[in-house]
Order: sequence, then C-alpha cells, then structure tokens
Amino acid sequence: MSKSTNNHYDVIVIGGGHNGLVNAAYLGKAGKKVLVLEQRHTVGGATITEEVYPGFKFLIASYLISLLRPDVIQELELVRHGLEIMPLESTFVPLTNGNYLADWPDHEATRHEIERHSKRDAEAYDEYARVMRRLAIALRPLLDMIPPDPTSVTPKDLETMARVRGVLNNMTRDDFHLLSRLMTMSAADFLDEWFEGTALKGTKCTSGIIGTFMGPRSPGTGYVLLHHYIGELDGTFRAWGFARGGTGALSQAIASAAREAGVEIKTNSPVAHVNIKNGEATGVTLENGDEYSASIVVSNADAKRTFLKLIEPKHLPDDFVSDINRFRIASPACKVNLALDGLPEFTSMPKGKEALLRGSIEIAPSIDYVEQAYDDAKYGGWSRKPFMDALIPSLLDPGMAPPGKHVMSLFVQYASSDLDGGWNEEKKAQFLGIVIDTLAEHAPNLKKILIHKHIMTPWDLERMIGLTSGHIFHGELALQQLFFLRPSPQWSNYRTPIKNMYMCGSSTHPGGCITGAPGRNAALAILEDRP
Amino acid sequence: MLKTTPLHSRTSALMQANQWRRWAGYSVASSYEMTHDREYYAIRNACVLLDVSPLCKYRIKGTDALKFLNRLVTRDVSKISVGGMLYTPWCDSRGKILDDGTVAMLAADEYRLTSAEPNLRWLQDNAVGMQVEITDVSDQIAAMSLQGPKSRDLLMTLCDSPLGGVKYYEFVNTKIDGADVMISRTGYTGDLGFELWVDATKAEKVWDAVVKAGKSFALQPAGIWALDVSRIEAGLIMLDIDYTPANKAMTDAQTSTPIELGLNWAISWKKGNFIGRKALLAEKENGSTIQFVGLEIDHKEFERQHHELGLTVPYPFMAWRAVIPLYVDGSQVGYATSGVWSPTLKKYLAFGHVQPKYAQPGSVVTIDLTVDRFRRSFNAEVTKLPFFNPPRKKDIVGAK
Repeated sequence: MSKSTNNHYDVIVIGGGHNGLVNAAYLGKAGKKVLVLEQRHTVGGATITEEVYPGFKFLIASYLISLLRPDVIQELELVRHGLEIMPLESTFVPLTNGNYLADWPDHEATRHEIERHSKRDAEAYDEYARVMRRLAIALRPLLDMIPPDPTSVTPKDLETMARVRGVLNNMTRDDFHLLSRLMTMSAADFLDEWFEGTALKGTKCTSGIIGTFMGPRSPGTGYVLLHHYIGELDGTFRAWGFARGGTGALSQAIASAAREAGVEIKTNSPVAHVNIKNGEATGVTLENGDEYSASIVVSNADAKRTFLKLIEPKHLPDDFVSDINRFRIASPACKVNLALDGLPEFTSMPKGKEALLRGSIEIAPSIDYVEQAYDDAKYGGWSRKPFMDALIPSLLDPGMAPPGKHVMSLFVQYASSDLDGGWNEEKKAQFLGIVIDTLAEHAPNLKKILIHKHIMTPWDLERMIGLTSGHIFHGELALQQLFFLRPSPQWSNYRTPIKNMYMCGSSTHPGGCITGAPGRNAALAILEDRP
Repeated sequence: MLKTTPLHSRTSALMQANQWRRWAGYSVASSYEMTHDREYYAIRNACVLLDVSPLCKYRIKGTDALKFLNRLVTRDVSKISVGGMLYTPWCDSRGKILDDGTVAMLAADEYRLTSAEPNLRWLQDNAVGMQVEITDVSDQIAAMSLQGPKSRDLLMTLCDSPLGGVKYYEFVNTKIDGADVMISRTGYTGDLGFELWVDATKAEKVWDAVVKAGKSFALQPAGIWALDVSRIEAGLIMLDIDYTPANKAMTDAQTSTPIELGLNWAISWKKGNFIGRKALLAEKENGSTIQFVGLEIDHKEFERQHHELGLTVPYPFMAWRAVIPLYVDGSQVGYATSGVWSPTLKKYLAFGHVQPKYAQPGSVVTIDLTVDRFRRSFNAEVTKLPFFNPPRKKDIVGAK
C-alpha cells in the first residue's frame, strides 16, 4: 500500500552523504524547497563518527579531509556551522628492519630523515614535491568544472573545452608531458624515475592505491597518486586534516548549513525506487511505501545503486545500462578502529620522536610489500600482510576517547569485496585478526592495551552505508572512468538519461574522497537547467 | 644578559627547535616544535601550557589600595570582590594609554596588578599621600597559562576546587601537588583557559604536575607564536605592536587612547576621577580621530592572484607585526598593525586603525600586499571584534 504525501518538493535528494548534503545546501540557498532522504538514523553516509564502543568515537568509514573544496567551506560557511580541521603534519613509516622513515612538518627535518636512507632521494624529494605541487595547481580548476562532452559542439561544451584547454595552456610543455605520462603510468614506475630508497617509494606509492583495487605496479595508479596531491589544507597541497569530532562533525556542519538554508532532512527514510512517468522523474517511493513528489530528483547514491536498483532498467537506454553495468566498482578497502588503554609503542620509533604518533602512521615499508598485499587479494582473497594507513585521533582531539585512553583508526587494504565464498562474520574476525597481528609486529604492546576492535569490510560498507561493493570512491578512479567518462560518456555532467533526474555522488566527476565537489557541481548543473 | 624564568629548566628541556625570543628581558619559547601549528591547534582543540612568568606583577596593599587603583586605572575596581579580577588599561593625564593588564582582588586591602612593561615608578609616583604599599613581586611569582577546551578537565584532576563554577575573570586559591596555587579563569587566547600563579620556588613542581596530568588531555607546551595567532582571533591588542605606550612615544601622534583602541567598555565614567579622565571625556564628547577595527582581508583574491602566476599561496600562518597603510580610493585612511591567517576561521584577519567614518562593520578599505614580487591592492572589510568567541570561553559547568 503506498500512501502519497501531500508535500511537493522542488528537489528530493536521495542519500544524506556529504555530497547529498552539500548539493541540498546549495539548492536550498538558491531558494529551492529541498528534501533529503537518508536511510540511516543519522546523516553523513560514509562521513560519520560513531560511538561503537562506549566513550570511544570511531571513524568507521572516512577518516581524513584534504580534497574538501575551499569554495564549499567558504560558500556554505562551514566554520560558522562548527567545522574545525586540524592538519596531520607528520608521517611515520615503521620498517621491518627496525629502522623507520619520517616526514615532518619542517622541510629541513624531513630532509635529514630522508638523508639517513639516501642523500640523493633527499634532494630529489624537494624537486618531486615542487613538480607535484605545480601539477596540482594546474589541475585544480578541473575539479570545480562540470565536465564537457568533447564530441559535442554546443556552445556550452565548446566553452568548457576551451577552459580545459586553458588549464593545459597554463602548464609548461615539460609539465604537460610529465602529466600525460603520469596519468598513464603506474605509481611504481613513476616513483622509480625519481627515487632509489625502498622505504620512500613504499610510502609514496600508497597515495596511488588508496581506495583503489589496483597495486602500485598497475598502470593508472599514477593518476590516483596525483588525485591525492590535489587536496589542500590552507594552501598546503597533499595535506590531510582531521575534523574535530571526526568526519561526522563535517557532515553535521554541512547539515546545519543545509537546514539553515531551509532544507528538510528526514532520516530513517530508505528510498525503494525513483518514480518515473513518461521518462521523467516525478518523485520517490520509500521502502515503507510513502511517496514524495518532486520536480527534480537527485541521487547521492553510487551509479550502480542508482541506475540498477533505484530505477528500473526499462526506463533507461540499453547502452547506458551496459555502461553502468561495466562501471568498475570492486573494492579492497576496510576500516578498522581500535579502542586502546594507552598508546602503541612502535619498536622502531626513536625516543624523543613520539610526536610522530600524532601524524599518519603507515604500514607500507616498500612497493613490493604493497604489491604483494594486492597480489594476495586480487583473486578473491585478502592480504596476508595488509597495507595500513593509521592515525590516533585522540592525540589531536582528546574528546574522541575518555581521558588517558585512545582511539586508533586504520585504513586497511586489500580485502576483496568479491571474497571467495563471500563475507561472513567469521571471515571478518579472521581478517581483523590479521590486521591486529600485522600491526602488533611493529607495536608489540598493542594486544596488551587493546580494549575493543571493530572492522568495516567492503561487505559492511555496502550493508550499512549502501556503497555498492563498499567502494569508498563510488567506483574506481581509473582512467576509463574519469572526467567526461564518469560514470558514463555523455552522462558525465551530473545529468542522466531520465529527465529531471540528476546525480551528485562520487560516481560523478571529480570522484571520491570528501570533496563536496560532485555535490556542488551537480547543484550548479541543476541551477543551469532550472535557475 | 637575558634572564630566564623559574620554569626554564622545564621549558628548555622541551625545546626542540632552538626557537627562543625575548619577552621583557626574559628568554621564552617562540615555539617548541619546528613549526607552531600543532601548538596553535592544541589551544583550540585540546590544551596548551605556556610559561608567562615574564609578566610584571605588583602587590598593592594598604587601606587605600582600592582608592589608589581606582585613581590609576580606567575601570571601576570597586566592582570586584575578593576572588574577582578585571582587565583594564591605564593612562597618563592626557588620556594616553600607558599599559594594560589585570587587577586581582586578593584580600580586603590587597590587590595584584599585572602589566606588560615595568610600571613601578608610575605606580609609586601616583600613590603619594596614600596608605598603600606597592611591591614589585614579578620575580617571586611564576605564572603559567593553561589554555584550551580541555584545560578545565585537566585542572579538575589536580585540585579539589570546584573549577566548573569559576567564572570568567574569577580566581580560586587551591593546592596542586601540595603547593599553593592561585588559579584564575583568564588568558590571552579567547578560549576556555586558566592562569596559574605560584611561588617561583614551587613553579617547577606545579608545571610537572600539570604536564603529567596533561598526558590524558593531549596537553602540548606552546610558545608565543601560537599565542599570537589566538590573541588576534580573540581580538586582543598587544603593547608595542598595536599601540605605543605613551611613555615610549616620541610624538603625540604615536600615542593611543583606550577609546581609539576600542576599550570604551573598560572606562568607568561614574566612579569619579582617574588619571586621564578629563581628556578621555573630551574625546568621548568630541569624537576620536582614529578607531581600532577588525579587518578581514580578501584572501580568495590573494589566492586567485597567486594561482594565476602558477604559485602556491604563502598563507600568513605566523602573525605579522608591522605598520601597513590602509587606503580608501587611493588616500591613506589608517594603518594595520597585526595580521594572521586564522586556521580555525579560515580567514585572513588583521587589526586596523582607521578614520571613524570607515570604522563601521562592512566598510571596505584596501591594503597592499605583495604577490610574488609585485605590489597588489586587496580589499579588507571592517569586521566586528572579537573574530572568534566560542561559548566555552565563559561557560560554567556543574560540579563533577
């Protein structure tokens, strides 16, 4: 039995993830009557903080902020709505031979650390950082652009193509050639051209594989490496920040901005399907049968969920359905959170350098280590020695844990979303055991201080948050599905084959991470069509 | 020779970057780490411990102590009772500001005055004929400032006093690790915070106790660079930077009055005569020639111009202290004296002194900044002060 609600909205946004909220806030500010429907009890999607264990706030999905567009922060006045971001300034990489590698917030201090491994690399590192920064500055405008259709000759597309051309014009010829090569190379090959140190290459290659079901030797990971360099925090590129209160606090800030703009947010309201009449979206029906009508429907869900589940294929062109079907979305990423009764003691961390615990801690001692971790997983398995990107949020924001206790957040890969025989609770526990064992090899006191452990596998990310295959980027950041190809050629401008239906999630340009860019760009596209 | 503070044994052990500076003839930390960023973020998100011992401190005791202070400073000291404090400037007879600091009422006939500069002679000269004894206790009392949202939780693990109920600008006398400590709800960060006043011989002991308890609250030692960012966010002026004390100024034009500095609220017109009252009253009636304002510099444009040249943006993470002219339509209408990028507010903040007709919030002046090697003009909008004023600064919590 479906009941129709009387309320008609200008816009319904399906999914209260960070991009859905950003989209709604922009449209609300533009005067639209907007309703956000979120399936869970809280908004945020994968941008949430949850007290899984009493007193300890866990970052059960996303954990850091870097690519959040400065425009989104300013235009939605997120600071006024409670957002505070603290930079993670250092990186600590424990190595297997008892040594370590570190990156400090100070240039000379970092150079001294790298010199211990290779004097040549210490110098190359400066130039590498400069080149990546130049490429990041050059490419930055593309993130905030609605992708053009390069085959189209409409004035709009021609104008956008000219702007893309302008971006390339701003680069030196050398940088452009370098960019072209980087885009098509593997992260490993690219780093081999710059550095000789095993450890340095190990830690640098991780930017190329985070969230990606590829190894550092897979072509295309060069682009992912660059993607993570475009992020910035107060002008510092490749800087990662921690939101006070966790990433969930960011969602709450955006939601607050949205509400102030008049947006209505309903939680515990899972959408069953989009209502379509004569090829036009007319509203949505919830799983409980409630119907809401709207002039425009926007989906924050990933492309597969949107077009293969929320919409019946009969409403869509065949070629589009097959594009979405082959959209690559298998995921290797897990999230582990630990409640700790003290700080982990890394055997390779020298006395007096404990400040390094307040930054990133990376278990990625070499490219071979990371590639092996991928190899283990690529046939439907998981890494016997996983790659991890860890941090201890309670050292930056003591409110994350009770006094004297700590939380540790670990981004872990690889564990295949298409696990042989499928995921179940037993397999989750097994893999969690491997993660703890691997970390304990570097910090032997870990098991002694462990109060509680929690894992989100791709299976959980799909079940709980609704990410298809648990893919944190709503689909691989692979060359064949970027920019004007994301998620499908011709439909990369946030519009869809269904009239009045739009996309605003990470399956659209510029892809994953907490950027707010798809949400903002989609709002701009909608306002172009319906000012 | 520079002097060291009673906490030098502790601060020097923490220093990693050899970044010391001078403060009133003492050597104190600019930043303990290579950069001051983490020290700043701890002020706003956890807690920090600063050595502020170089502050000048005077004991003012005697039956005329109140009378003396009310003659000296611009605020009405009779408004506080024992356990109370207030912030106040004081002036010369021309109403020109000499210094600013705090007054704490320790007993019925005893107060403590803090100042940035030595003031003993000025205090004694103005106490002539009064029953009051003025003693410089600067070296006898060490001071440390514990600032940040977790500062209260930390202190409550160290002493029995009900700190949750201590209001902004109140103090309590208590014990930490057996040592007598006066804890005041004051600071220079605009955040929840306290200052600990302790006999210099006990300072290390108290510092150690705070640092030990701080392990559970992400406590960070912090230096002046981090403090400088937070005091600008909090809209707090600094002597020698945002104003020249009247006794140092070479010309009248270099001096300032409390009204010009936006401290009208700190002048009591009703309490009777005080030094500078007549001149200040005249200024109040006739208007000032210059007005202290908050400014928000158009950082978006600053950013855009850097990106246009293919450059990363040099954010002013460290507060600058310089006199930079401010213009309207090409004519100078004032000058800026401090500026910094606020990592919390994500804005480029500055303090300005402008002609009153441009002092309304929303007025726009321009400031020249360099972009690479070129001088460029940027808009700076007059903004209400303080820039940052979180509710926790003054909140009260129930006894735990």
